[in-house]
Amino acid sequence: MTAVEIAAAVRSGQQSARTVVDEYLGAVAEGDADIRAFNLVTEGQARARADAIDSAVAAGRDPGPLAGVPVALKDNMCTRGVPTTCSSRILEGWAPPYDATVVERLHAAGAVIVGKTNMDEFAMGSSTENSAFGPTRNPCDTSRVPGGSSGGSAAAVAAGFAPVALGSDTGGSIRQPAALCGVVGVKPTYGLVSRYGLVAFASSLDQIGPFTTTVADSATVLDVISGPDHRDSTSIGESQPSVSATLDNGVDGLRVGVLAELSGDGIAPDVAARVQAAASALESAGARVAKASAPSAVYGLSAYYLIAPAEASSNLARYDGVRYGLRVDGDSTPDMNTATRSAGFGDEVKRRIMIGTYALSAGYYDAYYGKAQKVRTLIINDFASVWEEFDLLVSPTSPTTAFSLGERTADPMAMYMSDVCTVPVNLTGQAAMSVPFGVGDDGLPVGVQILAPALGEPVMFRAAAVLEASR
Amino acid sequence: MGQQRITRAECAHVAALARLELTDEELDRFTGQLDELLDHVAEVEALEIDDLVPTMHALPITNLLRPDVPGDVLDRDEVLAHAPFAEDGQFRVPPVLGEAP
Repeated sequence: MTAVEIAAAVRSGQQSARTVVDEYLGAVAEGDADIRAFNLVTEGQARARADAIDSAVAAGRDPGPLAGVPVALKDNMCTRGVPTTCSSRILEGWAPPYDATVVERLHAAGAVIVGKTNMDEFAMGSSTENSAFGPTRNPCDTSRVPGGSSGGSAAAVAAGFAPVALGSDTGGSIRQPAALCGVVGVKPTYGLVSRYGLVAFASSLDQIGPFTTTVADSATVLDVISGPDHRDSTSIGESQPSVSATLDNGVDGLRVGVLAELSGDGIAPDVAARVQAAASALESAGARVAKASAPSAVYGLSAYYLIAPAEASSNLARYDGVRYGLRVDGDSTPDMNTATRSAGFGDEVKRRIMIGTYALSAGYYDAYYGKAQKVRTLIINDFASVWEEFDLLVSPTSPTTAFSLGERTADPMAMYMSDVCTVPVNLTGQAAMSVPFGVGDDGLPVGVQILAPALGEPVMFRAAAVLEASR
Repeated sequence: MGQQRITRAECAHVAALARLELTDEELDRFTGQLDELLDHVAEVEALEIDDLVPTMHALPITNLLRPDVPGDVLDRDEVLAHAPFAEDGQFRVPPVLGEAP
């Protein structure tokens, strides 16, 4: 059942939330030993909440648009009293004293949180192999990675462990695993969803969004979790129109561009063919399709791998053994800080902290960080020109289908290249989503990325619905 | 790959700034990997963009301020319960400047 169907059945009393939750928890118990999507399954709390929802329905109250819908949360979203690890040893033993805004909004809509999902440590990675708990496997082929960094959330939905999961996307961490696991994944416009309670990686890029099996489910979840929040000073201050309301309006007359810079070099031919097929499908549905160009998009990866580590090196300074999680003793506080951080962080996190510290250090700031921020402006300007001619763009989400476990772990640069199609959108703050659209030569899912200007979610979802219906 | 962009000694200096202690093996490996990344990002050096304004935030947003009224705050005991060491309602740390513990 889809999330929309579950909510309808639970709200009308046709099905109990408890039955739904028990069924999904059963699937996790049976299958997650092979997939390892979850860091923690919150069975007891989930069953208690399901019972409370059933009581509400019995008493004639409406639990909300996600009534009884099981939701898996990426383990970088704070859940009060429930361990939140970011798949890092450094947060060992810590449980947040508050809920993230998205958690509050899910609860208020009747959703049932079933657990916390595995991820690349502090969301740094593209394969979910950089986890202190070990890798998650792709449910479509367990010898392959699920993508990352929200690989646990993508795998949980693909494996049928939950109809909905939330992830976070700093450079593609929702869209790329969605593509590799064959599910829908959405990176909303920066500021549309509150980041309060999301453990920070790169604050000017991070954004929370849903994973689901259908476009309509993602629309429903986005409508629930989006909106102003005074606890996130970067949240967009005005409520936006419902995405679900216009989902079926089609794409007749929309101007759709195929982004040239993300269609050629470095894109596997079988993936590129699916993007062309998607463009044709939109054209058949009435869209006007043409080639689009944002020349500076090719510099996105370089700008991203300076800006994101720079922000991360600052954000992760707080893990010093004083206030949360791990502490390794030392004779002085600086020694304790160093011992704790050296033992608590994994390789990739250390690498990114070092890149960021270097890019921000005296003598290099202008050459690296300052320059990257100007490249960011260049990319924003190029996309602004594109949006004068187009309503939407399409591109691959990932240059390839799911790669093998271990294939890229020894070569960080090869891993970083996995993000080439997704990072430009984080730099520009725009909306984008990945929709499954067929399979590659290896039989594994291919995701097509739909890009929209800031707050273009309603139009973006209309195109996603058309692709879903025509695949 | 062109000239070496970061040396092992610079890498060790950066690690110290970031309060990380690296083994010899880590230092060797990270120096090569950082050098490779810096070599890749050097592609932006040729761009003539000096006159562009740097972007800190992608969208033209202003801070969203809450009303200036006291609200709920985190419970001190709950926060301290998850600290590695707490005493008398405070976080406890080893000596900062070398005074006796």
